[in-house]
Amino acid sequence: MEQIKLTVNGKEYELQVRPWATLLEVIRDDLGLTGAKEGCGEGECGACTVIMDGKAVNSCIVLAVEANGRQITTIEGLAEGDRLHPVQEAFLEMGGMQCGFCTPGMILSTKVLLDGNKNPTDEEIRKGLEGNFCRCTGYTKIFESVKAAAQKIRR
Amino acid sequence: MKEYTVIGQRVPRIDGKAKVMGQAKYAADYSLPGMLFSKVARLPVAHAKILNVDTSKAERLPGVKAVVTAKDFNGWTWGFMANTRDEPPLAMDKVRYYMEAVAGVAAIDEDIAEEACDLIKVDYEELPSVFDPEEAIQEGAPVIHNYRPNNVSVEYHWNFGDVEKAFAESHLVREDRFRTSRATKGYLEPPASLAWYDPAGYITVWAAKQSPYFHYRHLAACFNLPLSKIRVIQPYIGGGFGGTKNDSVAGDFCAVMLSKMTGKPVKFVYTQEEELTVSKRRHSMIVYNKMGMSKDGLITAIQSRVIADGGGYTAVSPLTMYLTGCCTPLPYKLPNYKYDCYRAFTNNPICAAMRGHGVTHTRFACEIQMEMMAEELGIDPVEIRMRNAIDNPKPGEIYRTINDMTLKTCGIKEAIQTLVKDPLWAEKGKGPKQDGSVSYGVGMAATSYLGGARQLGHQSCAATVRICEDGTVNLITGATDCGQGSDTVLAMIAAEELGVRYQDIDFKMVDSAYTPVDAGSYGSRVTVLAGQAVQIAAADAKKQLLAILGSEWKVNPEELEIKNAEVYNKSNPTRRIPFERLAKIACYSGSGAVIIGKGYSGYGIEPLDFENGRGNSGTSFSFTAQTTRAGVDLETGHVTVSDFVIAHDCGRPLNPIGAESQNEGGAVQGMGQAIYEDFIMDSGRTLNSTFLDYKMPRSTDVPDIKVIDIITDDPSGPFGAKEASEGSHVSAPPSVVAAIHDATGIWFKEQPVTPEKIVKGLKEKGKWPGK
Repeated sequence: MEQIKLTVNGKEYELQVRPWATLLEVIRDDLGLTGAKEGCGEGECGACTVIMDGKAVNSCIVLAVEANGRQITTIEGLAEGDRLHPVQEAFLEMGGMQCGFCTPGMILSTKVLLDGNKNPTDEEIRKGLEGNFCRCTGYTKIFESVKAAAQKIRR
Repeated sequence: MKEYTVIGQRVPRIDGKAKVMGQAKYAADYSLPGMLFSKVARLPVAHAKILNVDTSKAERLPGVKAVVTAKDFNGWTWGFMANTRDEPPLAMDKVRYYMEAVAGVAAIDEDIAEEACDLIKVDYEELPSVFDPEEAIQEGAPVIHNYRPNNVSVEYHWNFGDVEKAFAESHLVREDRFRTSRATKGYLEPPASLAWYDPAGYITVWAAKQSPYFHYRHLAACFNLPLSKIRVIQPYIGGGFGGTKNDSVAGDFCAVMLSKMTGKPVKFVYTQEEELTVSKRRHSMIVYNKMGMSKDGLITAIQSRVIADGGGYTAVSPLTMYLTGCCTPLPYKLPNYKYDCYRAFTNNPICAAMRGHGVTHTRFACEIQMEMMAEELGIDPVEIRMRNAIDNPKPGEIYRTINDMTLKTCGIKEAIQTLVKDPLWAEKGKGPKQDGSVSYGVGMAATSYLGGARQLGHQSCAATVRICEDGTVNLITGATDCGQGSDTVLAMIAAEELGVRYQDIDFKMVDSAYTPVDAGSYGSRVTVLAGQAVQIAAADAKKQLLAILGSEWKVNPEELEIKNAEVYNKSNPTRRIPFERLAKIACYSGSGAVIIGKGYSGYGIEPLDFENGRGNSGTSFSFTAQTTRAGVDLETGHVTVSDFVIAHDCGRPLNPIGAESQNEGGAVQGMGQAIYEDFIMDSGRTLNSTFLDYKMPRSTDVPDIKVIDIITDDPSGPFGAKEASEGSHVSAPPSVVAAIHDATGIWFKEQPVTPEKIVKGLKEKGKWPGK
């Protein structure tokens, strides 16, 4: 077992992890934060997206030991109590989801995109979400949600 | 037109907040103390006789708690019809497809369970195998099931009118061979369940099922328990699209059996690779289509001979093959029609239902062939469709197809005319046709899909509307939202009918111990049939409430109305109280007064006539016209789809955001199938069984999509609604292929139309610009 330190949603954790455990496994199984999903387990679908030191990563292909000392934000860390983050609000209002399995990852990728660019073009939005599959919506309502979120953030 | 207060509003999804917060729990998110993890052991052979399964080494591995094999299920098998129950939970005497399950292991963690699976030793004798459906039904092919020695798992021969006479009298007759792709549903959530077999004889599962009551019956039958002791608790479902999540999988049966053996809760989660290797996928079908036309382009007859690759077991395919045949007389008038289908058993993975079930295959063939013939006759794509399209029946009248399907509404002509006026079609001649090596084209398709489908036996949906004393409402149904948004629509229907606000309705998900049994989420039946049940239940609750207020106010309840969460006297509208007050009066009106409205839907249609193919396959039919703009790089064959315009007649969109999103998602899924999605097979093995190799559309691949509603207000649906979730999935492939034709001058008859096929096609025509 390896000892690691993680800051997840602002809270510090000291954990004993198996050397081959992924960040996703530690977040879901050890911390009980099940918002990040395992869709494919090989970094293709983006359902496991979390934010690590400001970047969107596929937590299913990041080893927990690689995340040692890093700042992690999961979907559970976005809202303040019952108050939704503007990106969450926008997805809710614009209907940027169906089954919801990709939604946590999609919202976190959107947050990272908008943190770096408050006024993305259509092309930049598509590019920013390239790593997140959605099989239900055909992405149209997701693009609309990202635009609405950008508007909320700019206000 | 009737004014609605909730129906037609752009409301947030009822489950939206839970989903955006990451609080929506899916099957894999559930845990119980002391829980074990299970994995399924599979045999990497496509067809073999099982001689012995030795689990002793696996059992001795530290951390392993139990191992289950076929013999633990005592020969129980399951399937769609009484005479097609050919699928065991674990392979008994034979494996019939690559990686069929042979055993299950429960261990203290997933890694140990997986390691134990590798220690299970299967002695087997490999058998000759067959993978091509046309070869499988030839005499002398290896027999896959003894009860079907010719390998034909399902066949129908339907005949309406006189096709031979019609072909003889036609001005033009064409025969072509079409083929559809081996597509997967592609949901991101793989099959999963947490199972708990209480030694007192109760089963509780939290299972990822889009139709939980199928699973409920499977478990009762498999474990020989009464239904009252089977509790299926539905978590949020990470996508369905038919097939696997309608049914049970080996992991489901193993987890329950392992829980029974160990006395502990057992969880399983398939890997996505496992899902893509073994789970039920769409049939690939070969369609030999023959069509006759008069000189002026009127369709005189269609004869379809369909050969479907069924894989190793029957599953739901008697319905698949029914739907593949029954909807060919839509959306165009068809006076003569013959359908012969053969679903072949092969040693490929099992094929079953998927969105656009059945209809997508034959409609693709007919739509493309019709345009090919129109081209020969010099008739343009709009004109050929308008000449043949079915008219919208006048109110109170019906249109009857040659196979006795009945339409009360049909918006196909209006949908086509709407697209003709839309800039994508109207301005398609303007602007350059070619830019560098990319040639642009615009294509059209017009299609139909059924809503309110019926399988066998139980079909009805039920609902209860329970009024809380503060004026809020618990809506309870047996329907499952696997993402399509039905919980939201059903809540909207309840709010509209009862006269309260949408946000006052709380929706309870399926728990088979408390919710009414329901047929399931397939065949676009939830809004139509569960919606009808909810509407009746809400009306019943309203009637009870107003009866109590009527006696309190000493007025005829008929004089009272509820709207916008207020109750008033219609003849004296100043007399009004908030709904909250009414709820309190009613709930406190007698000791233990409980206001529960209940309702159930009608069966909708008669049982399917599998033998003759006559009668309705759905309570109503949606109509979709779609245009697609695509650019084809003539050098590389790469296709970029840039625009979709979809005119969809879903009767009335009750929840516009949901209906649009269903159209958008369905069309994008159809696009994937049209141009790149396909399982690559080698002797029964799926070579592209990961999302890295099996390509699905990403955000950078999808077109701009415009959805236009065609309102026809069908009298059989709640508030005029018909289906909205499968129509665009059927219209997308032919409209994409028509756009590729417009860009290249070539008709492609096999999905997916890959760059390789395009380059090959261009080379054959001497039109390939490369070197």
